[in-house]
Amino acid sequence: MSTIARTWALVVKDARSELRTRYAMNALVMFVITSVATILFAMREDQASPELLAGMYWVVVFFSSMSGLSRIFVSEEEKGTALALQLIASPKVVYVGKLLFNCGLTLLLTLAVTVLYLIVFPGFVVASFDIFAVTWLLGSLGLASAATIIAAIIARANTRGTLYPVLSFPVLIPLLMTVMRSTIRALAGESFENAFGEFQVLFSYLLVMTGGSYLLFEHVWKD
Amino acid sequence: MNGIRLQVTDLRRDFNRRPVFQGISFALDAPGSLAVTGLNGAGKSTLIKVLAGAIGPTTGTVAYQRAGVPIEIDALRHELGFVSPYLNLYDEFSAEENLRLLSRIRSGNEPASVTIERRMKQVNLWNRRHDDVGTFSSGMKQRLKYAFALLHEPTVLMLDEPTSNLDAEGIAVVEAIVAEQKERGILIVATNDESEAAWCTARVHLSGSGGNKR
Repeated sequence: MSTIARTWALVVKDARSELRTRYAMNALVMFVITSVATILFAMREDQASPELLAGMYWVVVFFSSMSGLSRIFVSEEEKGTALALQLIASPKVVYVGKLLFNCGLTLLLTLAVTVLYLIVFPGFVVASFDIFAVTWLLGSLGLASAATIIAAIIARANTRGTLYPVLSFPVLIPLLMTVMRSTIRALAGESFENAFGEFQVLFSYLLVMTGGSYLLFEHVWKD
Repeated sequence: MNGIRLQVTDLRRDFNRRPVFQGISFALDAPGSLAVTGLNGAGKSTLIKVLAGAIGPTTGTVAYQRAGVPIEIDALRHELGFVSPYLNLYDEFSAEENLRLLSRIRSGNEPASVTIERRMKQVNLWNRRHDDVGTFSSGMKQRLKYAFALLHEPTVLMLDEPTSNLDAEGIAVVEAIVAEQKERGILIVATNDESEAAWCTARVHLSGSGGNKR
């Protein structure tokens, strides 16, 4: 019970800090708006295919998250507060707390991108809502899980700005390819059973990434 | 007496495969105090961070025990206070918010308001408790770190450059804290100031070439 309370206290601290400093939020919002606007300018009157829209949707999500999700650890290092956390909280509490915060932020990000896409792209029509909802949930959580451990790894590097997307991309390729396929099925109006294979991959990715990160984090955090 | 004992055995820590220090062994029983001295770059801060469990040693062991029973690192966090110039609190929160939030992360509970009041009055920050830490001077931030370190009545207190950024009044506050801690438990001070090292009864000197002497 105490571990849950301590983990939740860390989530509350990060949420309150984010609301005051807007370290991650500003980067995420700016990237979403500018990238969607750029796509709109490029397409003009053209109607994009569902495959292209699904691909661009996750490209926007990927690069937006790369600009914001690393802040969870990078800001602690930059502000010199990481040592305070190391002294008061176990690595497991820190990892789970930071993961939960990034999950919340990623779910909000993908929700915002979805709403924006539905408004500005007439061709982006979700015909199978159930497939899209599961893809949104598992894709966001998988992305948050990978982004959290990579953020912890790069937080102490000097070239963290460029290192983050470079390191994240190969790790996220299986996730991105799967969510794109699944999103295409959702836009095409396929039945829920057809996307079962993609859901299994996404669920396995989430489990492996989170379990591996949980075990690895202590070494990353303490050394 | 709280009976806590710190046992350090053949400690070594490398950075980039170069030893910062090596072969450090000592034992310290409460009440007891130890000064870690040495020139700049000798590894004082690294040693004190290893002793606090913030970073791991390359080889060797740091063990805390009470009445012969080992204290796990998770339990040690409730018994350890740490102050240093490179440990920062959150600029975006007020002084009181920092203490409440960090205490909740440490123990799951907030400390009693009377405890916060006592510690903040001790470091002369009670009147500024609602101000954001970002508006504080470096000396005020250093005082707040003492309130943070002492809030949970630690049995082990580690101070790295303890009077850094402090004025005469602040130094007097630190001296009172040091005197109190020497009665209560273990005090470890990392410094290259001889007057601060003299607060302690034992000493580890880091030579800066990876060796040390006691």
